[in-house]
Amino acid sequence: MTAYLIRRLAQALVIIILISLLVFSLMRMLPGDPLQLYISENELQLISPEARQALLIQFGLDKPAPLQYLNWIFNILHGDFGTSLFYDENVIVLISERLPITLHLSILALIIASVFGIAAGLISALRRGGILDTIVTSLANFGISIPIFWMGILFIYLFGLYLRWLPIGGYTSPFTDFWLSTRQLITPVFCLSVVSLASKARLTRSSVLEVIRQDYVRTAWSKGLQERVIVLRHVLKNGLIPVITMIGMQLSHIIGGSVLIETVFNIPGMGRLIVSSVFALDYPVVQGCSLLFACIVVMVNIIVDITYVWIDPRIRFG
Amino acid sequence: MSPDPAYVAGSAEVAPHVSEFRRFLRVFLSRKIVIFGLVVIVALIITAIFAPFIAPYDPYKQTLDRPLLQPDREHLLGTDALGRDTLSRVIFGSRVSLIVGISAIILAGTIGIMLGLIAGYFGGITFAVIMRAMDTLMGIPNLVLVLVVASVLGGGLKNVVIALSVGSVALYARIMCGQVLAVKQNDYVLASRSMGASNPRIMLRHLLPNCFPPLIVVMTMQMGMMILAEAGLSFLGIGIEPPIAAWGAMVTDGYRYLLTNPILSFAPGLAVMLVVFAYNMVGDGLRDAIDPRLRGTL
Repeated sequence: MTAYLIRRLAQALVIIILISLLVFSLMRMLPGDPLQLYISENELQLISPEARQALLIQFGLDKPAPLQYLNWIFNILHGDFGTSLFYDENVIVLISERLPITLHLSILALIIASVFGIAAGLISALRRGGILDTIVTSLANFGISIPIFWMGILFIYLFGLYLRWLPIGGYTSPFTDFWLSTRQLITPVFCLSVVSLASKARLTRSSVLEVIRQDYVRTAWSKGLQERVIVLRHVLKNGLIPVITMIGMQLSHIIGGSVLIETVFNIPGMGRLIVSSVFALDYPVVQGCSLLFACIVVMVNIIVDITYVWIDPRIRFG
Repeated sequence: MSPDPAYVAGSAEVAPHVSEFRRFLRVFLSRKIVIFGLVVIVALIITAIFAPFIAPYDPYKQTLDRPLLQPDREHLLGTDALGRDTLSRVIFGSRVSLIVGISAIILAGTIGIMLGLIAGYFGGITFAVIMRAMDTLMGIPNLVLVLVVASVLGGGLKNVVIALSVGSVALYARIMCGQVLAVKQNDYVLASRSMGASNPRIMLRHLLPNCFPPLIVVMTMQMGMMILAEAGLSFLGIGIEPPIAAWGAMVTDGYRYLLTNPILSFAPGLAVMLVVFAYNMVGDGLRDAIDPRLRGTL
């Protein structure tokens, strides 16, 4: 187990380094002059060539690309993600303002998707062919097909403009005004969770249907165990294995979805930051955000892998 | 990655050709929802090809004196801010979705399948290099990766297709690689090698066809995902450039008039959902017909 853990961590490190290389080279291929943004943003149009050169040196843009990369990595390891060209502020400051918001949304969405997705899939499998199964299956099929940004707009229209039950967007910290924060979050969190919820329900359903047919479940029934015990101890525990392996991928989907949902609901999180920075050619921000997202995804995948070994003793990695 | 046991058994069975196909069709067409999906897809293709004949108006003709009309007999879905007929634009939007979807799947599918085939067949360092590269692509949240690539390349149909392909190539490579690892254990691969068949021959003649069935399912389902992602990109404003009618961009354009003309946003989004739903259902049907054991893995 320890050897597996060490190997897995080493692999993750390699992948994070590769991702940082990929992100860095992608941002170097962006069309346009990144310095132009800084100059126009700070109204330095009449800048002299010498001052321009000084700026180049200040942002480290005068050095060759490989050196810039090493510099960037070196600084990141020292907690410095570089300076945003647009906000003229350290990227780490920008991220630390917005990451909690996106995490708040994403974690809520992941919890909702897991709890309701697994419950719906389980019920639907246990009542196979019944009316509840039909409802869950059809809703899940729609859930994986819906464009979430469109669904968000639908909800804004229905609950925000037509019924006037909920605010139409924005974000308030739950520590400032818990009630307003919750009301603002209901629809975006639901939209963010819907795809994961639906695919979890589908996966749980098929996985549980598979497990139900197994001999040990029949044995459990013939032993006269209670249905509750059979479902929780035998069916769900085994049926959840493929569902858990998907969590890492789903977190990645949810974070990707936050780009759309934060735009629709006007939530000042990482997703919005990355979209606006992409448009603004603010490459230090895009680099920092993508790298951070990637680290989160890779780390969650490791945790999932370890959980996987822990839950299923049949799997023993080298 | 280790071969999934579900893959090993599924693709290695050899049965008489004709009855196998009949069985496939019977299972495939046994569910109404799959037939519904097929009908929608056929309708989409017909709509896309014959859009100029089906659409009641020119989707690009601006009638600036008649902007933001409510739906009526003349304009079934009303008109947008530039007085363009919404129904006609939705009909023409099907072209973008179909072209982007098909191109991205062919591009990413071909490259991904080849990479997976090479990685799985040669193993060792080749496997490590290719699959680590694929892990790298998978490590960045998909939409973020596609967004960044699209912004690097700039908008337009071709670049959107490339960006979507970069975002999805790893999926094909992973599944193909898992398939190859399982299928290459078969005796016919060994037999073929003992007869002196070259590596490319074994890969293309024996491994590729035997690994392919689950990939057909993946490609069908990816069609829906590509259409969704393209709509998402257009929604963010990095997709197809205006004035070309694309569903995602139409949702964005209509968003501003949500209070007065909600139909402008609703109609194109509904089209996206219907089409993606159809591809997902057909994908489900294909999976069940090809190998029900793939349930849960694809």
